[in-house]
Amino acid sequence: MNARYMVSLVTVIVLFLIAWAGTALGLQVLFGIIIPYAALLLFIVGFIYRVMNWSRSAVPFRIPTTGGQHKSLPWFTHAQFDCPATKWQVVVRMALEILTFRSLFRNTRMKLKEGGRLSYQLEIFLWVGALAFHYAFLAVLIRHLRFFTEPVPFFVQLIENIDSFFRVEIIYPVFKFGIPGVFVSGIVLLLAVAYLFLRRIFTPQVRYISLASDYFPLFLIFGIALTGILMRYITKIDVTSAKALTMGLVTFRPTIPEGVGTIFYIHLFFVSVLLAYFPFSKLMHLGGIFLSPTRNLTTDTRTKRHVNPWNYPVPVHTYEEYEDEFRDKMIEVGLPVEKMPEPEPVKEDAPAKDETPAEEEEKE
Amino acid sequence: MSEKKLIILGLIIFVVIVTFPLWYNRGKAAPAPERILTDKAKAAKVCVRSTDYMKAEHMQLLDLWRDSVVRQGTRIYVSPSGKEYNMSLSNRCLDCHSNKAEFCDRCHNYASVRPYCWDCHIDNPKETS
Amino acid sequence: MAEELPKPEELIQIQHHSPKTDWISTPTNIRKGMYCYASNPKSVEYVGLPNAREWNPMEEDWKLPENWQEIIHQGFKERLERFRSFKVFMDICVRCGACADKCHYFIGTGDPKNMPVLRAELLRSVYRNDFTRAGRILGKLNGARPMSLDVLKEWWYYLFQCSECRRCSVFCPYGIDTAEITIMGRELLNLIGLNIDWIATPVANCYRTGNHLGIQPHAFIDMLDFFVDDIEEVTGVRVEPQFNKKGADILFITPSGDVFADPGTYTCMGYMMLFHYLQEKYGFDITWSTYASEGGNFGFFTSHETMKRLNSKMYAEAKRLGVKWILGGECGHMWRVINQYMDTMNGPADFLEEPVSPITGTKFENAKSTKMVHITEFTADLIKHGKLDLDPSRNDHLKVTYHDSCNTSRGMGIFDEPRYVIQNVCNHFYEMPANTIRENTFCCGSGAGLNAGEDMELRLTGGLPRANAVKYVHEKHGVNMLACICAIDRAALPPLMDYWVPEVNVTGVHELVANALNLAGQNDRTIDLRHEDLPGIEGESEEEADE
Repeated sequence: MNARYMVSLVTVIVLFLIAWAGTALGLQVLFGIIIPYAALLLFIVGFIYRVMNWSRSAVPFRIPTTGGQHKSLPWFTHAQFDCPATKWQVVVRMALEILTFRSLFRNTRMKLKEGGRLSYQLEIFLWVGALAFHYAFLAVLIRHLRFFTEPVPFFVQLIENIDSFFRVEIIYPVFKFGIPGVFVSGIVLLLAVAYLFLRRIFTPQVRYISLASDYFPLFLIFGIALTGILMRYITKIDVTSAKALTMGLVTFRPTIPEGVGTIFYIHLFFVSVLLAYFPFSKLMHLGGIFLSPTRNLTTDTRTKRHVNPWNYPVPVHTYEEYEDEFRDKMIEVGLPVEKMPEPEPVKEDAPAKDETPAEEEEKE
Repeated sequence: MSEKKLIILGLIIFVVIVTFPLWYNRGKAAPAPERILTDKAKAAKVCVRSTDYMKAEHMQLLDLWRDSVVRQGTRIYVSPSGKEYNMSLSNRCLDCHSNKAEFCDRCHNYASVRPYCWDCHIDNPKETS
Repeated sequence: MAEELPKPEELIQIQHHSPKTDWISTPTNIRKGMYCYASNPKSVEYVGLPNAREWNPMEEDWKLPENWQEIIHQGFKERLERFRSFKVFMDICVRCGACADKCHYFIGTGDPKNMPVLRAELLRSVYRNDFTRAGRILGKLNGARPMSLDVLKEWWYYLFQCSECRRCSVFCPYGIDTAEITIMGRELLNLIGLNIDWIATPVANCYRTGNHLGIQPHAFIDMLDFFVDDIEEVTGVRVEPQFNKKGADILFITPSGDVFADPGTYTCMGYMMLFHYLQEKYGFDITWSTYASEGGNFGFFTSHETMKRLNSKMYAEAKRLGVKWILGGECGHMWRVINQYMDTMNGPADFLEEPVSPITGTKFENAKSTKMVHITEFTADLIKHGKLDLDPSRNDHLKVTYHDSCNTSRGMGIFDEPRYVIQNVCNHFYEMPANTIRENTFCCGSGAGLNAGEDMELRLTGGLPRANAVKYVHEKHGVNMLACICAIDRAALPPLMDYWVPEVNVTGVHELVANALNLAGQNDRTIDLRHEDLPGIEGESEEEADE
């Protein structure tokens, strides 16, 4: 049971040691230039490959989950975004899904109460945790553009200003925190990852379904956030040198400046591993959500015909075969038939006809 | 638009976003700004702490100084080397580093940090532009 | 069967604890009462599906073809290419657990492999091993395992403990639909002849006789004639249904369950009375068909191909009879198939006209292409335009609640039409709690071909969440009638109610309609379609009925 997260934890610790030892051995070029480039390339190519691979699979049927009243008679209120009938309504449904995790918001928790009554209460923590995690991560990513752009664009500065809205400064000669200004996103990211990890450990059902590949990204991201926070607030590094390195990468003039601490290389290595791991993992839900056939299709399935690219003819039991088998019985009860049996001479044909009724007994 | 085209369009948008830093900078070199010292600073040879320490942690040192001066009224800073300094941004730091635009601002801009030192210390008489 | 069943007080003691061993190392124990009997070889053979033979799931040897692993692997691969849903759903689950306690089978049994996520992982584990490199390298640690006989048996056991109700897909942040995974899994199982008989035999029957009970045309007519007599007894009016009539305006197709088993039969009588009323008053011209006498499609629980083969009869018959459009009765998966598959599989139905109600002139825009209208859409439109002479007080002894059937809910989105109809024909209507209706509705526990007799414990545990919600409104409002628009519901809910909430009966919506409907030349209507005295009109009823 514990093996699943222990292995992930040990893996991340090993990754940490690799980066640490590599830096100590003077392999800055490897960890600061070669691995990041390779990881980015792998990320982009891998991502495109996975999505193209999905796109090569057909969408034979239109099978959206209809989560609300369909569009029918005019006096029934159509649930436009839960049962979208047009492409634009689908766009809104998808946007709500991707930007607000709408389906997750519906989450309930089942409880079996005294006296055998089942209850389903709103369970909002997973939604809050997931939203906090993803938006904090996004804010952190955007903020990091300050290391990858020169001059730093206005929207990055805007995000920085919003992110550092709360000023917390704890300044004692022995312990200092909060200079430079605290970015909430980093802290939220760390807490959200911790929450997502802890619920995997402490919610029995979730623990039961969790795999090593569920814990690994959490540990890795925890490592990334932690090293980032350490670098910013505790074990300071020379930021301008760090940016000199990152700018070197994105302007294709890679350099290894002096004075960038080991912790920076560990941080960068963790990020590289995450990028390289991304396309081969469940993290691809980033791309997959866009291609989910239960969400991204219109529900006007009776209004517009959907074409199945591999639709092939199948053997069917035709009316003629049916009538041939049951003609006499049909006539008996006055059902109209296509072919009236010829009055007398048909008798010779009778044995041939008998073959089919032989199967009759099987069915009852 | 056919579904295939939509997927490809989506992927193009993805690549454009992910590679933003690569095309935004147009490959223009952006090395770290050089440290420019005034003659006075050069002559002094050493700062209150080592250069490496100052690069990474000057903001915290200044904050400590501020607390010490404003809240405790203590103005004397004893460096690890035993030397005593008067704790003052305007009168101590900027005495040597009087070239704020070159010495302070260039790196701050480069790293996109906007320290609030200058919210108060704006009319520093010693500053020369 | 029945005496072996645990008592409700015992069955409600559900342990939602996971075993100590992780799921990959927990062996599957095929338990009596939880599985359906294996398919009859004759039925499998009749429709030409592979590996027809006698077999028994409780025996060690399942008599599989020698190269079954290869067949499964190849079938898996093909389906990954043919169905993006399958491929994407194999890849993107993050195991957040939001779906875990949404499945009625998990709620009712507490078996962790009934959590939708684990049901999917049963297949995903093999997918990881067979189709991803990372999975193969990391192995069991990452939930990957090679296909084996034990895995296959686990698949079979749990894929036939899913009713394809799609409730989990409502809650999944990526819309992963376990129904879709179950559908694929069952297709794979069918490739090596591992179906259950409650599906295989209806499929064969439906293929041959047009309906899943294997009723031959003359017997089908006899059944409906019997209803005609029954209706006459209740109302004093003799209705005259039309069969296989060429040139009729509309073809009517409903699940054959309604022809055969109570309380569906009352719903069937309801249709007949409604059509008679419309025929008398407005010259409505509708025909039944014996060839396409089944709306339900057990092929849907077998494979896409089988579904298409069975469904083909609808359009074929509409074409042969030369009708304008098709009206569909109250059925669950029949409507999922019509709504999301039929036009694609067997269309375009360009030989039909866009459906227009001949009575109100309403164009059913939403059925423009499929040309098939749901009967509650049709009736709601009639009521809206005041075309029906209704006396809802005849339903006053009923306190009605409405069960949204899973397929019409999450595979179609028909929520308000049946409610509108019920509220116009009944004076006492109460909703069950919000988390158990509409898109959150709970399955009856017997969908997707699981309404056999031998798996009664599975059905009762799976139906528990539904029964529990009914119990709630029964205790709170005195609800005594559970309405639904699904033939499987009408077959499955009565035993479920008998077990958990014995005071509640089950009805189709059109039984309620028919009981409220005033027919020209009717008698005093002192009894309802079930031949039960209507309270309040009892006085004269004795004499009237005796005459």
